[in-house]
Amino acid sequence: MAAHHKMDDRVGRDRLEEMAQGVIGEPLDRPEGELKVSGRATYAMDGLPAGCRHGVLVRSTVAKGRLRAFDVDSVERLPGVRAVIADDRFIKNPAQGMAGKAPAQDTREILFFGQPVALVVADTFEQARHGAQILRQEVERAEDAPVSLDDPTAQLDTPSNKQSSSGDIDAAMRASPFTIDATYTTPGHASAAMEPHASVATWEDERLTLQASYQMLRYNRAELADALGIEEDNVRLLAPYVGGGFGSKLGIAPEAVAAAIASKELGTPVGVAMTRQNEFEMVLRRSDTRQRIRLAADETGRLIGIGHDALVTNLPGEKFSEPVTQATPFLYCGDNRAIGHKIARIHRTPSGSVRAPGEAVGVTALEIAIDELAAACGIDPVELRRRNIPDQDPSKEIPFSSHMLAKALETGAARFGWSKRNASPGEVREGEWLIGLGMASAARVNMLIESKASVTLTKQGRATIETDMTDIGTGTYAILGQVAAEMLGLPVTDVETRLGDTNLPPASGSGGSFGAASNGTAVFLACEEIRQQLCTKLDCNPEDLTLKDRHAVVGNRRIPVVDILNGEDIRGEGHVEPGEAEDKVRQATYGSYFAEVAVNSVTGEVRVRRMLGVFAAGRILNAKTARSQCLGE
Amino acid sequence: METDTRTTLLDALRNDLGLTGTKKGCDHGQCGACTVLADGRRINSCLTLACMHDGEEIVTIEGLGAPGRLSALQRAFIHHDGFQCGYCTPGQICSASAMLGEIEAGWPSSVTADVAGRPDLTAQEVSERMSGNLCRCSAYPNIIEAILDVAKAKGS
Repeated sequence: MAAHHKMDDRVGRDRLEEMAQGVIGEPLDRPEGELKVSGRATYAMDGLPAGCRHGVLVRSTVAKGRLRAFDVDSVERLPGVRAVIADDRFIKNPAQGMAGKAPAQDTREILFFGQPVALVVADTFEQARHGAQILRQEVERAEDAPVSLDDPTAQLDTPSNKQSSSGDIDAAMRASPFTIDATYTTPGHASAAMEPHASVATWEDERLTLQASYQMLRYNRAELADALGIEEDNVRLLAPYVGGGFGSKLGIAPEAVAAAIASKELGTPVGVAMTRQNEFEMVLRRSDTRQRIRLAADETGRLIGIGHDALVTNLPGEKFSEPVTQATPFLYCGDNRAIGHKIARIHRTPSGSVRAPGEAVGVTALEIAIDELAAACGIDPVELRRRNIPDQDPSKEIPFSSHMLAKALETGAARFGWSKRNASPGEVREGEWLIGLGMASAARVNMLIESKASVTLTKQGRATIETDMTDIGTGTYAILGQVAAEMLGLPVTDVETRLGDTNLPPASGSGGSFGAASNGTAVFLACEEIRQQLCTKLDCNPEDLTLKDRHAVVGNRRIPVVDILNGEDIRGEGHVEPGEAEDKVRQATYGSYFAEVAVNSVTGEVRVRRMLGVFAAGRILNAKTARSQCLGE
Repeated sequence: METDTRTTLLDALRNDLGLTGTKKGCDHGQCGACTVLADGRRINSCLTLACMHDGEEIVTIEGLGAPGRLSALQRAFIHHDGFQCGYCTPGQICSASAMLGEIEAGWPSSVTADVAGRPDLTAQEVSERMSGNLCRCSAYPNIIEAILDVAKAKGS
């Protein structure tokens, strides 16, 4: 039986609050903690199957060109080497997040330095690595190719769906007493998860099993099947533990396709792990950016105009472009607006989603500009931001689902001691150290992604959650267990959570900060379905059922849940999908940052002495893992 | 055991002995995920060849504790949430185990004010001494709390 919910409108009641177990939000330890601290949690390359060969990727050594041939013979003669494989189905780079189909193939066409071009497979890792290091490539080099953001020979794309304007920003800039017109640049970033990309492929007839390190398994299965030209049903992905993602493991990557092809060709399992160097060369990077920001304010510091023009980079043909201006349309008020977005096509590792795509670099630059405006107006930076909080989304003219920026600013300022700040630069010194206080607003758009999960209440009265969701360190095992325990009136130790297997119901995956809300809701719905079935057995209304400590309480009856189950399992499926709410209301998380920074006046050394983050992150499912997310990840 | 002369201690542990608790994060001594104890000293097992350790006692995370019989540090890492994805964790815990011994033995670090005196058990000392172990999830504040908890319990 399935419970389905489409997110069209505010639900208007808080079902979790109506529950009685009292575990939701509690700072409980992670249930997989014992395995992780003892080295027993199995990541992709842990526990290789018997007879597994090792593959090492070979990379291109030019930025653009055509691969004519390899000196295969001299490598295949090496002891232990089984094959040098370069297949038309190999992929150049990882798929973009949620692509659901293969990224660019044909690795003989070289489009960036470090692109994978071949795989050397041997009995041992050392043999394969040696072969990969000495494999000679015969390459026809292309003419010079643009590789930097401001190369004048780079083609500049101006995607029409990424430009928008209202009012007249130029007129606003001319008419305002206070203006900022500044250009900021940010460098590219690498995700650099601690666990490098790794895949171990095993075939049984036409069925492929891949133990791997990925964030979004249902998409990854489709991408891998498409790259290989086989049916999705013949592909199973396993990723029970993922050693960090940060966006780098959203889409299927070259090592997975290469391992699958090599394994099929050799008839043995093949494991391929990227080297750390590969991570920086063939995994999608965050684009470097150049951002021009224009702000126009009246005498009171109230914004009349905002302009945000971004230039980012990507490989020719890649659809993704860093959504730099994502938060600009709704963060602050201002009637005159202009958003511009250009992509310089260059021959470097393609860019893609890296931790908080858009806001990480876009809000940073916007907030620096707001600080400059605060200085120009002579208004306190917290107060200036507070004055510019809009009462509805100023671009779409729709209401906010909720808006916590003012509260976050106020709470942060009070806790940090902002009122003690000396606003004149260079006035606070401790010996050779200059001390300054600074702050910024935080914003991140909220998304909901279609997600499914099943929950089984077994005849022994325990619960099992099943979904192909991943835990990349974010605490999925902990929070899903807490949702089910709360809904079914069980101690968390009575709930088992099975993740990371595409044989289980397809989840949102981990990405975009939507995992807990999307997949947590699917588990919640599955539990609602189980509660409904219990009500049928008890002949009561859902509102009258209390589940707590393995018992059902209805009216004046208190019955052990195992007695109601009477030797039978109950299974519920939950299915959530986004709906009209996306268009009806603007949804975002808000927060504030405050920092005390020391700069050495002699050496320029920078030290962050204390920092405070205040976040309105919605319902907290586990206070311990949520706090850890605020500190890092 | 017999192994290729090119095999690092890390790959020997993982591939030849099946001890996969020790992790490969960078394979060139920058991240510390492969930290093990060789005759009691913490080392990056990716930076040394297996054949150089004939006859030595190597202790990996598997040797420090197992579910149901965890060491004090392992329990503290769980309690303080000193990890997220967990990939750097075995290396952090091996490193911290040896590090506490180094402080106890009076070894100074580059933040010890008086190198001739006994180093204090401060967050700054622990942070400096654990700087060879990277955590991309940035659980550092929790890792330091976990280590200080265990160190203080030992000292009291």
